[in-house]
Amino acid sequence: KPLSFTPSEKFTTDEAKTPYAKVTSYNNFYEFGTGKDDPAERAKSFKTDPWTLRIDGLVKNPITLDYDAIMKQFAFEERIYRMRCVEAWSMVIPWVGFELNKLIQLASPLGSAKYVAFETLHDPKQMPGQRNPFIGGGIDYPYVEGLRLDEANHPLTLMATGVYGKTLPPQNGAPIRLVVPWKYGFKSIKSVVRITLTERQPPTTWNRLASNEYGFYANVNPKVAHPRWSQASERRITDGGVFNQQRIATRMFNGYDEVAPLYANMDLARYY
Amino acid sequence: MPFVKRLLSKPLALTPVQLLLFKAGLHALFLGYLIFLGWAAVTDNLGADPVKALIHSTGTSALNLLLLTLLISPLAKHLPFPSLMQCRRLIGIYVFVYALLHLTSYVSFELQFDWALIASEVIERPYITVGFIALLDLMLLTITSPMWVRRKMKRNWQRLHNSIYLIALLALVHFSWSRKTALQEPLLYWFIALVIMLPRFNYWFKRLTPRH
Repeated sequence: KPLSFTPSEKFTTDEAKTPYAKVTSYNNFYEFGTGKDDPAERAKSFKTDPWTLRIDGLVKNPITLDYDAIMKQFAFEERIYRMRCVEAWSMVIPWVGFELNKLIQLASPLGSAKYVAFETLHDPKQMPGQRNPFIGGGIDYPYVEGLRLDEANHPLTLMATGVYGKTLPPQNGAPIRLVVPWKYGFKSIKSVVRITLTERQPPTTWNRLASNEYGFYANVNPKVAHPRWSQASERRITDGGVFNQQRIATRMFNGYDEVAPLYANMDLARYY
Repeated sequence: MPFVKRLLSKPLALTPVQLLLFKAGLHALFLGYLIFLGWAAVTDNLGADPVKALIHSTGTSALNLLLLTLLISPLAKHLPFPSLMQCRRLIGIYVFVYALLHLTSYVSFELQFDWALIASEVIERPYITVGFIALLDLMLLTITSPMWVRRKMKRNWQRLHNSIYLIALLALVHFSWSRKTALQEPLLYWFIALVIMLPRFNYWFKRLTPRH
């Protein structure tokens, strides 16, 4: 379904966009299978309406949003972000959504809140990967992610409801997902049902599964290699066959230098 | 089915012409698949990421063919269809061809001939090192596959070619290790490999146990 939005002037790029067909057919969404084309295939009948998104935890004003509230309560913006997967490929994607900090503000966080925990829908009836570990890769469900509160409040951090001007297809995390463009893609949790403000650092799915490979922060960093491959460069997924592929240097924070102050006194090789 | 009955009752030996045709069919199949893959990869008809698709298809095909070669000697013995044995070398060489194309597409399309990166990946990443060793061993087997080399090497030939079991093991490790989680196709491959190897385990076990 088409969405109404205003294009962002600040958050855009001249880089060639990854075509819609590729953005919507090459997805990591293990709830629907571990193959990249499994989600597009298996999520076709995924129900996104009715939906509830709850914001709770260390807040003065816990909120529950239904599908219509999610789609109507916020002014949508289109932002073209780079998306860098931890598997060393990347895309350029025009998202439609709103800043997460607007949502957090609505709930008025308490002073003790330091982190934000996110949770994907747990519905084994609709998500075959959650009922069968051979489809879902044997990871723990529901999928959970987390950010520090200052990361969550950064203007770059987006709650996306659409892509290419239309509502998200299920395989891309409908009806609402997180987009954190300076972190590896697995941080940008899909089909979110719950956002909880916490005092302690929340567990995250991939960190629980292989903490030596996936850290809590997961900032894009060309200098810190994944144990099984280099992160110094990436392959951009665009149009064209194997002879038109480009391998480009990976940039610190995926090129979003404005987030550097968030990590001013941190050893990013240790907090990867 | 009369064909199956025929296959199981009397040894089915192909005439030289039939064997030639059978081999030509295998060549057409294996080469045809490569041509299809290459065409689809160049024209962007191999999914969203043609590079990854090309690497994965050549890799898993090499592994499939490798398991097929291991299946041939028990099949030829039990079916009985001894002519199958005469196709084993052909399939074995395609294992090498597919594995070589697997590496070539990784080096050229994935790493784009960045030699420093290639060298560091092969040395530093254990799963790539493992795959690379398997490929080098496969190359040795391919080089020593002509009949005249085999005759010259005498008993050493069999010794060298027994390393196909090592290659299979390394290939399975390489495949499993390359994935993000364990419960994926690799598990199925380990299981199939185990089933294929069962008659051999049985045979080796009998040879090792002393008889009274």
